[in-house]
Amino acid sequence: MTSTEILLAASNVAKRFNSVVALKAASLEVRAGEVHALMGANGAGKSTLVKILTGVFSADGGGMVIRGRERRFRSPAEARQAGVVSVYQDPALVPDLTVAQNLRLARVRANTVREWLVDLGIPELDLGAFVRDLPYPVLRLIDLARALASDPTILLIDEITAALPADLSERIFGIIRRWRERGRSVIFISHRMAEVSALCDRATVLRDGLTVGVTDTARGSEERIVELMLGYEVAHAAAAGSTRLAAETAGSVAPALEVRGLRCGRLLNDVSFALYAGEVLGIAALEGQGQEELFDCIAGVRERDGGEIVVCGRPQNFRHPADAIGAGLVLVPANRQQAMLPQRSIRENVALPAYRGLRHWGLIDMSAERERVQQAIRRLQIDTRAESALQRLSGGNQQKVMIARWLASEFKTLLCFDPTRGIDIGTKRQIYALVRELAAAGAAILLFSSELPEIPLVCDRAIVLFAGRVVHEMAAAHADEVTLLRASHGLVPRREASA
Amino acid sequence: MTATDQTQSPLDTGPRLGGLRRFMHHHPSLVTMPALLAISLAVTVAIHPEYDSFDAQSLAMGAMPLALAAAAQAVVLISGGIDLSVGSMIAVCNVLAAATMEHATFGESLLLAAAICVAGALLGAVNGLIVVFSRVPDVVVTLTTGFIWGGVALLILERPGGGAPEEFLQLGAGFLVTPWISGSLVLVAAAVAIIWIPVQRSRLGLLLYAVGSDKAAAFRSGVNVELTRFLAYVLGGLLSAVGGIGLVMTTGIGSPLAGVYYTLSGLAAAVLGGVSLTGGRGGIVGPVLAAYVLTLIPADLIFLNIDPNFGQVIQGSLIVLVVMGGGLVGLLQGRKR
Repeated sequence: MTSTEILLAASNVAKRFNSVVALKAASLEVRAGEVHALMGANGAGKSTLVKILTGVFSADGGGMVIRGRERRFRSPAEARQAGVVSVYQDPALVPDLTVAQNLRLARVRANTVREWLVDLGIPELDLGAFVRDLPYPVLRLIDLARALASDPTILLIDEITAALPADLSERIFGIIRRWRERGRSVIFISHRMAEVSALCDRATVLRDGLTVGVTDTARGSEERIVELMLGYEVAHAAAAGSTRLAAETAGSVAPALEVRGLRCGRLLNDVSFALYAGEVLGIAALEGQGQEELFDCIAGVRERDGGEIVVCGRPQNFRHPADAIGAGLVLVPANRQQAMLPQRSIRENVALPAYRGLRHWGLIDMSAERERVQQAIRRLQIDTRAESALQRLSGGNQQKVMIARWLASEFKTLLCFDPTRGIDIGTKRQIYALVRELAAAGAAILLFSSELPEIPLVCDRAIVLFAGRVVHEMAAAHADEVTLLRASHGLVPRREASA
Repeated sequence: MTATDQTQSPLDTGPRLGGLRRFMHHHPSLVTMPALLAISLAVTVAIHPEYDSFDAQSLAMGAMPLALAAAAQAVVLISGGIDLSVGSMIAVCNVLAAATMEHATFGESLLLAAAICVAGALLGAVNGLIVVFSRVPDVVVTLTTGFIWGGVALLILERPGGGAPEEFLQLGAGFLVTPWISGSLVLVAAAVAIIWIPVQRSRLGLLLYAVGSDKAAAFRSGVNVELTRFLAYVLGGLLSAVGGIGLVMTTGIGSPLAGVYYTLSGLAAAVLGGVSLTGGRGGIVGPVLAAYVLTLIPADLIFLNIDPNFGQVIQGSLIVLVVMGGGLVGLLQGRKR
């Protein structure tokens, strides 16, 4: 089975997108006939590496050797010809074409795909159906069958089990094992540690765009992988000394926000929690565990499929963000571009949601507006040199403006979705301090962060989402990075006894 | 509602459509557009019982440039782009034909027509190159090149004039076998059959739809997205050139400003004919049939002694209804997911 022949060796692959460094020096060696796991926390660079290996992006530095030959793919078509094929997280199927047309597009034979579809358990599939009419899990299976049918030497599979029921995942694992027996290699990306131990031979761990270790995935390797994903400094950092006890008041008052059995789309399955005034509740989750849908539902951006949202004891049915804002729930999105008016001034950006209380017969009371905005800006220490247009501010200052706009209006509950993404450490601290200050002033704050160390630093309590459900809840004192990371990989928490 | 949602398997692909319903689902405009055209014709005959071959012929001649403009726009729209210079390209090719063919023999005219088709394709190629390489939005690029072509048309022929040999004009103004089958009708059918059908049947057709539907997915499936988009503009230019030549046949002269009208009307016919403005959906037969419907409406109003300017209002309302209808269907389907 597994030989020591190196099929693919990528070394020191680097990639940056404008100012953001996605990969610093990622290296990966895959042997012939092995299933190799690629692991890493959010933003470690796994997907970027996959896209470079398959020619979707071109690397800025480093190189790749396949079977002893230096290769550099300029397109997925080139990679496919060289036997490197990927099943991406979002299926590479064109929605307005039929399945059969999509197969012709990628130059694979329908009959071969049909055979794989039989193996994958959907022999009945109508190849004449439009891709847009098919459910997402089926598309992932078609994408996999199409990749297998092109008979690649190296198959990359990015998070295939996330959307699939368990029995189907087993079927796919069976196919991967058979694939390995034929001497082919698979690069397997998954957030589920149990799958990795069961299926993979070795694992390469990425952290912050660097390859930090390669390990066998034999029994007991999980701890080692978690340690590699976290890095030395974090694994040895002292737990944050927290004396915050906001949740103590739980029994007496109605929660500022309560969510019961919330469901939305295919990712958010069943989430319940309560958030009280004066409290910061942290949410930790790996990418695509339903956190985006959760925030969208609560902020009125998307309509939920089921469950309840209760604000201060009153059930709510938001149909528009304005409804949520009216109920005192405001959202600070991770992607600032979604919320800001980049060409307009800071003043207008801050004042935008607050016009409700500032109008006199439809005209805006300019002096009242200026007053409120100035207050908010002072409070946040926003660098106001670029008075004219928000787009000239740094990312950190833009984010502060996004929080300031809600200070200038009135809110009871602040929903922060990864507010410090891509922001420098100094500004991060100011945002943390601001969040704590708002909570001390009586606001309820729900904070999702992809940076796990933030959670014990800023929050009073934390919950962990996995596969669209709350799998763990803990006080901030126990929400160290190891616990959070283990829980977000679906590993059963061990520390409950000591909590 | 919730109970059935949960018991449904995530792999359930829904009922398999068969026969006519499947055809409806895959080619909605091939069902609705012939129906709409039949209704329009029926209404026309009802309000104007003496409708004869002469009326049919003037409909075919009047609609020919629009039908080709709609076809040109449809190809570009399907590939996910838009071409606001279609009308100006028609104008350039129209005056090129009228200016060069005036004293030519029939044989020379045919050669010139072929050369003008190449010129139209080149105009489209310029659009395509700028759109693909500059990464400036296609609306902006083709709006500005449209201005340029418009100016070029005026440089070639300052005022309406020129002409073409009588035999050449008869290709469009004459008829085949019976006066009911106008030369213009045959010309449109031939253009669609010769230009579009081979494209649609070949790999290029697949690529046009793929790129228009989802550029990222197409790229990951191994498609050369840039080349495909470029070729869509080339085809658009080619069909526009046929439209410009057709305009000479039906009017007998070249007019530098007549073409401009066809940009927006062609876009309207393409949309009415079932082509999605967001790309990837629709065909060419629908837009061509829509061009005849849109030409019939003002004619009917004249028969009814109503101000033909109402035609614009009706055309516009029809398009809004069709587009809105499409949006509504999308919304309902989105809710179900």
